[in-house]
Amino acid sequence: MTNTIIWTVAILTVLGLVLSLILFWVARKFRVEEDPRIDEIEKTLPGANCGGCGFAGCRAFADAAVKAGNLDSNYCPVGGNEVMKKVADILGCTVKESAPMVAVVRCNGTCEARPKTNVYQGEMSCKVKAALYGGDTLCIFGCLGCGDCVNACAFGALSMDPATGLPVVDESKCTACGKCAAACPKRIIELRPKGPRGMREYVSCINKDKGPSARKACASACIGCGLCEKTCTHGAVTVADNVAYIDPAKCKLCRECEAVCPTGAIHGVNFPKPLDKDAVKKRIADRKAKAAEAAKAAAAAQEVKKEESNG
Amino acid sequence: MAKLTFSIGGIHPADSKLARDCKIETLPLPPKVYVSMFQHLGAMAKPIVAVGDSVKAGQIIAEPGGFISAYVHSPVSGKVTAIGPRKDLAGFNQMHVEIEVQGDEWADGIDLSPDLVTAIPEDKQFILDRIKMCGVVGLGGATFPTHVKLNPPPGKTAECLILNGAECEPFLTSDYRILLERTDEIVVGAAIMQKVLGGCPCVIGIEENKPGAIAAVKASVARLAYPGIRVETLKKRYPQGGEKQLIDAVMHRQVRSGGLPIDVGAVVQNVATSLAVYEAVQKNKPLVTNTLTVTGDVIDPARQHNYLFRIGMPLSYIAEYAGGIPEGTVKIVSGGPMMGKAIANMDAATVKGSSSILYLGDATKRHAATPCISCGRCADACPMGLEPFLLKRLYSAGDVAALEQNAAQDCIECGCCQYSCPAYVPLLDNIRMAKAQVMGVIRARNAKK
Repeated sequence: MTNTIIWTVAILTVLGLVLSLILFWVARKFRVEEDPRIDEIEKTLPGANCGGCGFAGCRAFADAAVKAGNLDSNYCPVGGNEVMKKVADILGCTVKESAPMVAVVRCNGTCEARPKTNVYQGEMSCKVKAALYGGDTLCIFGCLGCGDCVNACAFGALSMDPATGLPVVDESKCTACGKCAAACPKRIIELRPKGPRGMREYVSCINKDKGPSARKACASACIGCGLCEKTCTHGAVTVADNVAYIDPAKCKLCRECEAVCPTGAIHGVNFPKPLDKDAVKKRIADRKAKAAEAAKAAAAAQEVKKEESNG
Repeated sequence: MAKLTFSIGGIHPADSKLARDCKIETLPLPPKVYVSMFQHLGAMAKPIVAVGDSVKAGQIIAEPGGFISAYVHSPVSGKVTAIGPRKDLAGFNQMHVEIEVQGDEWADGIDLSPDLVTAIPEDKQFILDRIKMCGVVGLGGATFPTHVKLNPPPGKTAECLILNGAECEPFLTSDYRILLERTDEIVVGAAIMQKVLGGCPCVIGIEENKPGAIAAVKASVARLAYPGIRVETLKKRYPQGGEKQLIDAVMHRQVRSGGLPIDVGAVVQNVATSLAVYEAVQKNKPLVTNTLTVTGDVIDPARQHNYLFRIGMPLSYIAEYAGGIPEGTVKIVSGGPMMGKAIANMDAATVKGSSSILYLGDATKRHAATPCISCGRCADACPMGLEPFLLKRLYSAGDVAALEQNAAQDCIECGCCQYSCPAYVPLLDNIRMAKAQVMGVIRARNAKK
């Protein structure tokens, strides 16, 4: 009996030793050299594997970054500048700072502003609905309200507002990964810079129809009247295809365009004070009057000069 | 004689041909017509008139925008008042030519007399040119340009011309009415197409629920005595009028996946197309009129109509003339209840392929979907032998390669799967998307080659 136990223990011990030696040798022989920085970078990244950077996941991002040796084509929108700085430290290179972004819904066709003209009964998917027909309102550019963007968001930052029928972005949760923008068949959602202290100005409409038909479809549509473009002193607003667009790089957040917009299609968010339309309009009028006066004075001066040279 | 039908799948909806006894009436002209530049499959037509031009009925107002495209003619005489985007029945913007109606003067060279011309031109090219210049497209639903279909690629010959008089969609009666009222013209049209295709035999297939039409066409075929035309009775079964189903029924041949009917020697044309071909070749009359049924389950029998309309008439104008939208209407459909499109915009203009204004009541409302119980009824019903429940799952999973393997691209969008689903799963909505996705992949691959 004792003999059996001794033999068993001995054989297993020897077997174990031999196998471990083989394993040790195999591990040495077939070892794959991997840059330790890949692991390090992966640990630094948020680990959401959302794909917002354009790579399959955080590991693929780290792999690509290490292979390239720089961060020219890698940027993690979820981690933002803070994480990217850490990644740059690991790689020993520099990273271009990029303004934090946020998803912006460019449709304000609420249930009241944009009356329904028919009832949709098909599959509740914006993609299916967009392929079938123009939608259940007269606006063929606006939000279809089936919530493809909400389903696409991995961070729970989007929700449908039942009162307006439009998606709402929770800025504290939005990481600007861009999944919602890609999921929207109408391309309504845009990633825009968050702006200083979250303040930003944008046109909440992409209706390319001509003014009258846009207005007929939705009371708060951009009608492409161009008032905002004429008012803006920073050249930030351009009107093309009957719809205005504010360039966030040029916008100085003066809110003049928002004040003059006749349909309320321009939205300003996170400003400390609500917009005093009359005060801003007065400011614009004063400036215009002053400019007109200056022009007049200049013309008069020219006249005098002319007369002087003539005389 | 045995009734012909296709071999797999299919459903048996109630035929509801409520307007079958209503004679075709001619609609009076509206004050304005809106002619779409996108009334056919393929490239959009390019307008060749300008605002302010005077046009006559039957005058060309747009040229084909590509090889697969068609001429568009003015349906009325009058003045072009606008050219620009206008919303079609799905609510999308399409280029339209707006014409203000003034009198009813037709362009020169168009024979408007009702006399039957039975002598068929000898020159094949002459016939094809006439069909092309008159803008004839397939009126069975797909609006594929007819001159392209009647001109098989080299190396392929037509062995049989099938004239589709199945009209398997419930409610629709426009094909039935023209089979009764314009029988001889349709038969001459068939003989013309036979001639173009090199004298192949022609089978006119009509579903058994139209005995009047079968008798009338048989009598006409015997009287006109063109060689090689015969009438076959088809079983009443949906989608009997599907191109591939009809070929299966008449010739007992199957078109392979991704193939065309001409691969098995078949050319299928609708009876309404045959009438348009007759008018184009024998009368030089362009395709500017068609027949349309105003019907539905909420409309009383006295208000059912079959109308001869001019293309470009707004749907709302026709509905108004027919007595307005009836009470209890929940859905208005253009086309049949199975494959037609719900109308999102009643101000949209009629096009060459318009076949009905269908008022449907509460009974057609969609039910809320419940989970699939994998009963397999959709697979039983699919006339293409597909597995709709599987396709829907694969689409949800985003597996395009598997969708192609399971032949999502072969779906004919007949709607049998959704009709037979006890869980009311919106199968077709999903499969249509899957099909578009797979077709995109196939096209990209072919382009690379």
